[in-house]
Amino acid sequence: MSTHDVHPEPLHLAVALDGAGWHPAAWREPGARSRELFTAAYWADVAAIAERGLLDFVTIEDSLVLQSNDPFADRADERTDQVRGRLDAVLVAASIAPLTRHIGLVPTVTTTHTEPFHTSKSLATLDHVSRGRGGWRVQAGGANGEAGHFGRRVLPSLGSDYATDPKASAALRARFDEAADHVEVVRRLWDSWEDDAEIRDVETGRFIDRDKLHYIDFEGEHFSVRGPSITPRPPQGQPVVAALAHQTIPYELAARSTDVVFVTPHDDEHARSILAEVRDAEARVEQDRLPLKVFADLVVVIGASAAAAQERRRRLDEVAGAPFTSDALIVTGTAAELAELLRRWQDIGYAGFRLRPAVITDDLTAIVDDLVPELQAAGRFRTAYAEGTLRERLGLPATANRYAVTTPV
Amino acid sequence: MTHQPKQVILGAHFPGVNNTTVWSDPASGSHIDFSSFTHFARTAERGRFDFLFLAEGLRLREQRGQIHDLDVVGRPDTFTVLAALAAATDHVGLAGTINTTFNEPYEVARQFASLDHLSAGRAAWNVVTSSDAFTGENFRRGGFLPYSERYERAEEFITVARELWDSWSPGAILAEGGQFLSDQTAGAFEHHGKHFDIAGRFTVPRSPQGHPVILQAGDSSDGREFAARTADAIFSRHSTAEAGRAFCRDVKDRLARYGRRPGDLKILPAATVVVGDTDAQAEERAAEVRRQQVSPQTAILLLEQVWNRDLSGYDPDGPLPTIDPLVSETTSIVRGRARHVGDALAEAARYRAIAEGKGLTIRELIIELTGRQTFVGSPTTVARALEESVATDVSDGFILVPHLTPGGLDEVVDRVVPLLQERGVLRRDYHEGATLRDHLGLPAARPAAEWREKAIGVSAVDGAPARETA
Repeated sequence: MSTHDVHPEPLHLAVALDGAGWHPAAWREPGARSRELFTAAYWADVAAIAERGLLDFVTIEDSLVLQSNDPFADRADERTDQVRGRLDAVLVAASIAPLTRHIGLVPTVTTTHTEPFHTSKSLATLDHVSRGRGGWRVQAGGANGEAGHFGRRVLPSLGSDYATDPKASAALRARFDEAADHVEVVRRLWDSWEDDAEIRDVETGRFIDRDKLHYIDFEGEHFSVRGPSITPRPPQGQPVVAALAHQTIPYELAARSTDVVFVTPHDDEHARSILAEVRDAEARVEQDRLPLKVFADLVVVIGASAAAAQERRRRLDEVAGAPFTSDALIVTGTAAELAELLRRWQDIGYAGFRLRPAVITDDLTAIVDDLVPELQAAGRFRTAYAEGTLRERLGLPATANRYAVTTPV
Repeated sequence: MTHQPKQVILGAHFPGVNNTTVWSDPASGSHIDFSSFTHFARTAERGRFDFLFLAEGLRLREQRGQIHDLDVVGRPDTFTVLAALAAATDHVGLAGTINTTFNEPYEVARQFASLDHLSAGRAAWNVVTSSDAFTGENFRRGGFLPYSERYERAEEFITVARELWDSWSPGAILAEGGQFLSDQTAGAFEHHGKHFDIAGRFTVPRSPQGHPVILQAGDSSDGREFAARTADAIFSRHSTAEAGRAFCRDVKDRLARYGRRPGDLKILPAATVVVGDTDAQAEERAAEVRRQQVSPQTAILLLEQVWNRDLSGYDPDGPLPTIDPLVSETTSIVRGRARHVGDALAEAARYRAIAEGKGLTIRELIIELTGRQTFVGSPTTVARALEESVATDVSDGFILVPHLTPGGLDEVVDRVVPLLQERGVLRRDYHEGATLRDHLGLPAARPAAEWREKAIGVSAVDGAPARETA
């Protein structure tokens, strides 16, 4: 395979933002700004760097439980040597919106406890304040401590045995079915106003044409929602919906409900097999929807040389007191090596990549200053932002409003 | 030494979805586009206001079973707009209405703490409750709360939120040496109550204000007691001198029993301002605004709310209906809006008396009865009235409700604010790094445990001692 071919479509590049970065010792790096993680200035600066690199979007991690080393534990651990605490991701994204112009903003919102009505209007509003750059990373409420923060429901615990134990698997499926319902309600509410519902007709005294507002009348096992939304249809119509998925049930959720799926291949072979699984899941759910844009998630530790990257990683691991592990492949190397991997996987069929910087202030900067030029030189990445919404940038066409009555020609 | 006069607190209410907001005026802009919010917020900040204010409603209003279409309809999400405005402004407080019935304390506490961080200490929460099943149809919880439990749930909600805000000590984040946290249980909380039985770890570190400013709008005796026991400020309705003073006195008198001083609770009535070059010109403009606020269709609609029946066949420029209102305990043609007509027959009789006495048509009568404008006059007249109201304890300030989006505040800021500054009753500049609590002259956030302790011995519902002590 030649690396000089100009690929017909550029790849998409996103960055996943969380605290000081994805390495547990990230906050201890001298430039990590670890005392500023809860300030607007930190997030604004990080977003500005990402936008300087012409990236498609940033995701912002969130959870309704405190970070913990064991995601399946019933309560958060009591470690004091890692970053703990987060700000609400939608609000962080909203605070970034007025300070940026192009970059997409994709916060995490969990589905198990939050009201779909609130989710819908807050994400619609993110799309309004960012003028069409909003998205949503759906997270099917997973952490076991969550329910105790709400006190409304007792949920079966999810364990790491979800793939093998039938009971655990059923619990997982129920959680994801509810997430699919949640997304469905959110999507219907986004469409519950037609784009031209506001008429301001002084003659008849009417501000809106009420025939262009729609009840959604969703009835599900866990909730029913009448609608319409209180918030008019967002600029994108349907803001971009994404999910991180590691196995069959989440792949199916992604196929049913989302536009973009983040997956975690560990090598070329795995990259191929995951892609096949995702396409299978899409075929099974038979959703009338465009094929998913499949993004590979990669943790990145970038260095000026391979040795420098290895040395960074070794030093970070040493400070952390344990080798760094992740659900995603950890790529430790130069920007050129990383670019080569991205090109290879793009050729396998990946639309893009969500990079998780090991240390935001270091690795995001390396992504922007080193990786992006490598990709641009190979003709695989944009050299300027085009005007347009996040959907348009990702090649997702505008969606028709499901409630609009089209007049036959 | 010169004595500093009592300062006028100013809030700016983004125009809402009632007929007082005039959308038919050519100057009326979008109620959704973010540029309207930035214009409004920056104008308030330019005018050195204490805060801006967003209202909220969680279901579109209906009348006669159809979505109400005569007023502005639709609005963005309160939290999301306020967070975006935090980035578009530097000093002005950011207040939003959030309902306690259709939210959970863990989420609301997270969102307000996040907003307080992102705005460097400018967040405020107007706590409202709801008991209506109509709005509940949009939520999984549903509208099941009996009326009597609204305040009870709201009070426990605030208590829990405060416990969550206190769950991270101010020094919990060390970020030094190998320790990010100084406390391995940062965020740990436990609350076992009637409405909320929850425990775990809160995710947001302590925010700059500790607790956002708490506003409330209660007016009944229960509501006043609730505010005295829990709020930092009251968004009241009494803007006239006598009613305002009586309300102010009544509420502030209630504070001592909770260990609070009169300055710890600010009284902020809603008010409107119409300015003109002269008082006479302002009066003319005010009359025109009142007319714009009541379109012919709106006149009929507001009349229907009293008559409780379909009056769409009536001419707004004609006389009142001769038929009587439909009196019904159970059915109301209006849904999703709090408007209580006590005795409809008596109310109709009053309407007829006024209409006949003054020879008014339906529309003229509705304008006469619903047009409420607080301060009308030249800039000097308005500035003097604002200053005097505050100086004579009608209130501690006002929340101004303009009738136009987004420019409705412009004239007040350009023409009245400089006069207030000259009179020494409004800051010329914000103090660098000041939080909203600082703007308002409120004490530092009182710990949840202290609020709870001071409320002991006083029943949660009627303000009477819960039990006699021997």
